[in-house]
Amino acid sequence: MQREGSAFQGLGVVMLKELSDHLTSVRMRVLEWLIVLVALAALYGAIQQIKDTTAEDPFLFLRLFTTSRDPLPSFVSFLSFLVPLMAIGLGFDSVNGEHSRRTLSRILAQPIYRDALLFGKFLAGLVTLSISLVTLWLLVIGLGLLLIGIPPGAEEIARSFVFLLVTIVYAGVWLALALLFSILFRSAATAALVTLGIWLLITFIWPVLAGAIAQIIVPPDPRYAALGLQTPGTAMLEQILARFSPSTLFAEVVVALLDPTTRALGPIYLSQLQGAVLGAPLPLASSVLIAWPQIVGMIATVMVLFVIGYVVFQRQEVRA
Amino acid sequence: MNEDTVIEATGLTKNYGTAVAVDHISFTVGRGEIFGLLGPNGAGKTTTILMMLGLTDISGGEVRVLGFNPAREPLSVKRRVGYLPDTVGFYDNLTAADNLRYTARLIGFRLAEREKRIADAIERVGLAEFADKRVATFSRGMRQRLGLAEILMKGAQIAILDEPTSGLDPHATAELLGIIRNFKAEGVSVLLSSHLLERVQSVCDRVALFSGGKIALMGTVPELGRQVLGGGYVVDIEADGVGLAERLALIPGVSGVEKTGIGKLRLHADRDVRPEAANEVVAMQGRLKFLGVQEPSLEAIYTRYFEAKPGEMKEGTLHAA
Repeated sequence: MQREGSAFQGLGVVMLKELSDHLTSVRMRVLEWLIVLVALAALYGAIQQIKDTTAEDPFLFLRLFTTSRDPLPSFVSFLSFLVPLMAIGLGFDSVNGEHSRRTLSRILAQPIYRDALLFGKFLAGLVTLSISLVTLWLLVIGLGLLLIGIPPGAEEIARSFVFLLVTIVYAGVWLALALLFSILFRSAATAALVTLGIWLLITFIWPVLAGAIAQIIVPPDPRYAALGLQTPGTAMLEQILARFSPSTLFAEVVVALLDPTTRALGPIYLSQLQGAVLGAPLPLASSVLIAWPQIVGMIATVMVLFVIGYVVFQRQEVRA
Repeated sequence: MNEDTVIEATGLTKNYGTAVAVDHISFTVGRGEIFGLLGPNGAGKTTTILMMLGLTDISGGEVRVLGFNPAREPLSVKRRVGYLPDTVGFYDNLTAADNLRYTARLIGFRLAEREKRIADAIERVGLAEFADKRVATFSRGMRQRLGLAEILMKGAQIAILDEPTSGLDPHATAELLGIIRNFKAEGVSVLLSSHLLERVQSVCDRVALFSGGKIALMGTVPELGRQVLGGGYVVDIEADGVGLAERLALIPGVSGVEKTGIGKLRLHADRDVRPEAANEVVAMQGRLKFLGVQEPSLEAIYTRYFEAKPGEMKEGTLHAA
């Protein structure tokens, strides 16, 4: 059965309205200041550290993102915590908020489809996150120029730009998750708690659990243990399990992109090292190629989460 | 479909799993008519409305709104029909005008037309001085009026109002009903639902009484009154004069006279006998203090109907229309 008209009628209107809501909301301002202040602290630490080490590094600029100085973690690890927080903060009440304000049935009685409302909300969230992340990225590059005084090379700019895009996709994963729970739960508080709970579980508990589960399914071989090595089977399984978490995928992509010497994510076999010049940087295309499965995995996660939310929303009753 | 029919439902049914929310209802609404869906909460009124707007799936039967099928052509229906949901909500952080601007953009009005329509609509519901105030400060009555402004702004041919007067004080209710009457004056059909029978009685041309997902009764209020309350008129009279009761009983059409107090009589008749009764009092040189005919009240009709038929509701047996 073909529906009348376009599913995207009204999409632009919904998106612009949501975007203006996001950009003017107090919540957004708090999140932005949190991120900017934390990023500045991390960056300051990194710059101090870089100034102290005089070793020559062809990718000095990328070190801005990954270098940490005790007690502060690096810029990247800060970002991997704060980006989900920000995405969840933007998305957790997007659909159930319309329910509780009792605006949903009034808006859906206008000549638009539900598709436009949901997609508009998701796009507005993603654009808001992109604006913040691009600003942050420019800030880092600007500060780096000022404080280190060495202009970044084209390769470094390109790498950090791909990193920016991947961070936006990573934010999209959490935004889609928050949107899904805002559809599933009528109470915004429940949706926020469940989403944050899942974020904690996936980011902090799952990597530990993955190791434990792997050891149960494939018990470590004592011969490897005696040599102080991980059993290959166990290590492989652990990595497979850990990669179910988008946080793991993001961390792996970051390593591949911001450290050009990365040759593989996960265990390396001797055959892979044949003819390799250890420590030599890879070209950008090769680095992206290494991280490509992870990037695709994240994009797929966004789509799957959004589609689940879409299907549930289409079938949901609009009455309060 | 008749040209003067704007809504036509035939055997409309909605099931939630095994529960039946709306059970094979049929009705029509004419152009410029105010049609009331009345009944207790949970009788299926809101579900019926949502099916007409294509906001919920139809399990069986058919409904045509302005000739369109809401299930297949929801955009055409929603472009022409205004909807005021039960306890309508607005975006509190936006002004009244901005809330309407959002809706107007969703409908797709161009900028110049948009501003003109919004200003007009807000003016007509009496919110002109609050147009640039944030909705957060609005009372419930003002929100309902803003909801009606949205329907006016849309230029809807049908206004569907779900419980428009619930939770409003008498003054706000009167104002709202006044605006609803203006809809009719402009040829806009109004379909309104309510569980407050006596409030809507005054505005509705025809009503459908819902019960348990079915339409139990349908027709104009006097028609229903005659059918359910056993027909006939009840005339109350307060006058003095010896032997008045006996003389009044002789008026053709009067079936009974009862004494309801000192100098107070109640006549049961099959027609409006007020002129004759007045004549009799004057002829006896008595003093006429009060003369009135009891309008059948929906409340009475409803109570009587369901008292008379506990548990057994034959659909269609009492359709007056």
